[in-house]
Amino acid sequence: MTTYLRPRDLDEGLHARAEHADWTVLAGGTDLLVNANHRAAPVGMIDLWRLADLCFVRVEKTSVAIGAGTTWTEVERHPAIRAKLAPLALAAREIGALQIQARGTLGGNVGTSSPVGDSLPALLALDAELEVASVRGHRRVPYREWCTGYRTTHLAADELIIAAHVPVPDATTRTSWRKVGTRRAQSISKVMGAAAITLDGDVVVSARVALGAIANRPIRITAVEDAVRGQRLGVAGDAARAALRGAIQPIDDVRSTATYRREVAENLVARFFSVS
Amino acid sequence: MNVTLELNGETREVEVTPWKRLLDVLREDLRLTGTKEGCGEGECGACTVILDGEAVNSCLVAIGQCHGRQLTTVEGLAHGEVLHAVQRALVACGGAQCGICTPGIAMCASHVVDRGLLAGADDVTARAKVRELLAGNICRCTGYQLIVDAIIVAAREVTR
Repeated sequence: MTTYLRPRDLDEGLHARAEHADWTVLAGGTDLLVNANHRAAPVGMIDLWRLADLCFVRVEKTSVAIGAGTTWTEVERHPAIRAKLAPLALAAREIGALQIQARGTLGGNVGTSSPVGDSLPALLALDAELEVASVRGHRRVPYREWCTGYRTTHLAADELIIAAHVPVPDATTRTSWRKVGTRRAQSISKVMGAAAITLDGDVVVSARVALGAIANRPIRITAVEDAVRGQRLGVAGDAARAALRGAIQPIDDVRSTATYRREVAENLVARFFSVS
Repeated sequence: MNVTLELNGETREVEVTPWKRLLDVLREDLRLTGTKEGCGEGECGACTVILDGEAVNSCLVAIGQCHGRQLTTVEGLAHGEVLHAVQRALVACGGAQCGICTPGIAMCASHVVDRGLLAGADDVTARAKVRELLAGNICRCTGYQLIVDAIIVAAREVTR
């Protein structure tokens, strides 16, 4: 029978993680419990759901710290996240539906690291930093370096995800997030993306552009970021579209063809740089 | 593992493996078969229950996680013979067809109504909101129109 542990605090959780590398760590279970009745039960489970040390949103001077245990319902409703980190609030609202948003957590999305994780391009575009911890101590990893491949990350076997530290974009930076799926709710994204574009008037000073569901992990599109620098909005959209064409090899799967994904991704990126 | 939870207002104990899905424990161990299984993937909402005040898919919750928690299933929605406002409205509006999605819809809708998630919305906005809030409950008879009508009626009745 599976051993069950619900740590009282982070310290107990970290010690359990250090001792039992083969146990399943879960929070809301929205990913790990899918078809659980048809899959082998884990040896043990470390249940982080509602662990107080991981459930917080702290608005700091230049950033917002979002605890790994924060649910998408909480992200979507938080006034500071809505006002300052719009792509994340918009992503939260389109993750699954109400039932999934109530259980799915930021830490879960980042830990599962699915190429179709809806919040992940938002974290890339906002240049978030992740805080992880083990009994050895805490460390921070820029989110752009987090994903190492298909559902693999820089998380060590004895570590837990603590929080995302998300810098608040300044007043000259406009942000966007957009998901395309077969329907608004529930459907797994065909393409989604986010952007943070710093402007001087209508000229792009710099941009971060990220896409999900087109590669084996969420990715920044540096070719687009380079192509739009110094361009006016509108023209920058054409430049972004052209640059994207050679920069991605979208996947071809049961949900969409590569051709469709490429066209949608180009439209999406071009729209980020359109005159608003 | 011994799991103790407050289920529909009563303390219940069950001896199960903690990885077993809440949905299966409800149906097999506790014989509460009002909660239905549709997809088993968190897509269809047929297994929706209220756990610690939130509408969740019981197919995606491990029973170990429910120890010490408060749970309401469709069997606990009515108070004795008195139906919940959402149940009355579903009956009055004919908001059901084959019925497999109905318990999940009733649970999700009761959450929407009890939490006042439609409060202050005019009719057009409220209808759009219901469609978004109930987007995780799939009816394959495609009978959404009357279901939406019912939730609007129930929300009005509760706020009045």
